[in-house]
Amino acid sequence: MVMQPADNNGMSFRFYWRKSKSITMYMLSGLSALIAIIPLVLIFYYTLSLGLSAINWDFFTQLPKPVGESGGGLANAIVGTLILVGLGSCISLPVGIMAGIYLSEFGNNPFGMGVRFLTDVLNGVPSIVTGVVAYTMIVIPMGHFSAYAGGVALAILMIPTITRTTEEMLKTVPQSYREAALALGISRWKTSLRIVVRTAMGGIITGIMLAVARAAGETAPLLFTALNNRFWHTSLDQPIASLTVFIYNYGVSPFDDWIAQAWAGALVLMLMILVLSIAVRIATRSRYEER
Amino acid sequence: MMAEELISVVWQKPEVENQSTDGLLEKSAKIMAENIHAYFGAVHALKGISLKIHANSVTAIIGPSGCGKSTFLRSINRMHEIIPGSRITGKILLDNVDIYSMDAVFVRRRIGMVFQKPNPFPTMSIYDNVAAGLKMNGVRNRKTLDEIVEQSLQKAALWDEVKDSLSKSGVSLSGGQQQRLCIARALAVNPEVLLMDEPASALDPISTAKIEELIYELKKSYTIVIVTHNMQQAARVSDETAFFYIGELIEFDETKKIFTAPSKKQTEDYITGRFG
Repeated sequence: MVMQPADNNGMSFRFYWRKSKSITMYMLSGLSALIAIIPLVLIFYYTLSLGLSAINWDFFTQLPKPVGESGGGLANAIVGTLILVGLGSCISLPVGIMAGIYLSEFGNNPFGMGVRFLTDVLNGVPSIVTGVVAYTMIVIPMGHFSAYAGGVALAILMIPTITRTTEEMLKTVPQSYREAALALGISRWKTSLRIVVRTAMGGIITGIMLAVARAAGETAPLLFTALNNRFWHTSLDQPIASLTVFIYNYGVSPFDDWIAQAWAGALVLMLMILVLSIAVRIATRSRYEER
Repeated sequence: MMAEELISVVWQKPEVENQSTDGLLEKSAKIMAENIHAYFGAVHALKGISLKIHANSVTAIIGPSGCGKSTFLRSINRMHEIIPGSRITGKILLDNVDIYSMDAVFVRRRIGMVFQKPNPFPTMSIYDNVAAGLKMNGVRNRKTLDEIVEQSLQKAALWDEVKDSLSKSGVSLSGGQQQRLCIARALAVNPEVLLMDEPASALDPISTAKIEELIYELKKSYTIVIVTHNMQQAARVSDETAFFYIGELIEFDETKKIFTAPSKKQTEDYITGRFG
């Protein structure tokens, strides 16, 4: 279409039509952003208002009290969740990150494509199925529930997330950095590890934190593996308490103080993940973030 | 390859023979390409290139886009290998030893490369960028590193501009400075040959002039091969010029001769701007 600068009316009509479309789209996307954060705000509001009353010093230091006695805390569950997520991370971080490096740097072959596909499938497996798998693999041969079994179940959930985010983040590193490193006579694996991974570190950390947050919030895979424990665990091959299983058990109980403690447990879990995310971000922050 | 052979290849000193001024043939050939054919999948990118690159000289490679200049340059330090589906036949001799019989990593330590777009490592300081090649090949001694970093930055004519901000990010520099940083980084591992793939094409005229001066200085200690789209640049900086066209070497001679009295019609047409 030929523009006709002399035709003022036509110009201004088109101009206002475009401008109004722009404003409408701007407002729609702003509204969507608002709707997206409403659930988060509500969740935070409810956990805070219902859980805060049950949070006190005892909550962090005491074991759960038997039915009928009031008070007590979830100290063992807080430590249990940390141990379970820690175990899961110990297994899933090395495997996930290395697998991600393989897929991104060396995985352009049928094997890599197969691994990529299966990782995506694994990502979609319901977490309860993961629990059953860990139950079959570890709990049955060992003969009893254990923290190890819980850690393995969480690791199986974490590995695909870590693998795929690591791969995607490494793929965003421009080829020119790999070339620059290789041209300096740096070997392939050192280039991958010390140039490419280092450049993509921020994104990889984000992926890890997503996986950790997801694992910390899982209940289903722990029901058949770590089970639960109303006392301090004596060793890692014994059943272990976790916040999520306690939240699940207490939340469906008929006792008001247990329900309040379930809310408090949810609040503590959320805050733990928040603090961990912030701490990790600060600790791994690059000096040269500004680009 | 046997271990002793490998060691002798790595430690072999470049033999710079006494240079005579009359004629190309008597100068020592640092690199000899013999009948190089390169393929990317089904594409035949280089069709039998044979070329002698003389020590301590600047060899320019010119030609229209897609003529195989960069492919040839990358085959000299085996960088083309990182592209999936690439294949090469023929020989490239570095001091009379075929680089395809050597480990690619060792080849690249002796033949450094500077790319078209400056690509300093974004997560590293200026210092670490220059020291990267050394550090990752096991040099730990702080004093040695300090010395080499300073020397390399001086050779790249960047030292005076960055000596007070060595811990700043490499990507905080201007484009021209970044490119000189990349040159310093390549020099730090003490290569014998420096390959430059259109090193100034992303830079402004002042930075380009600095890079060209630098090339002139560097050829005293290094053998330089430069790919360029800029004919004036080739005429200014190079001693010999090779004209590539659709994967073939059309003409290779002293730069002066190529730009004043080329023997091939195609060369003349290209440098006078009749095609390309």
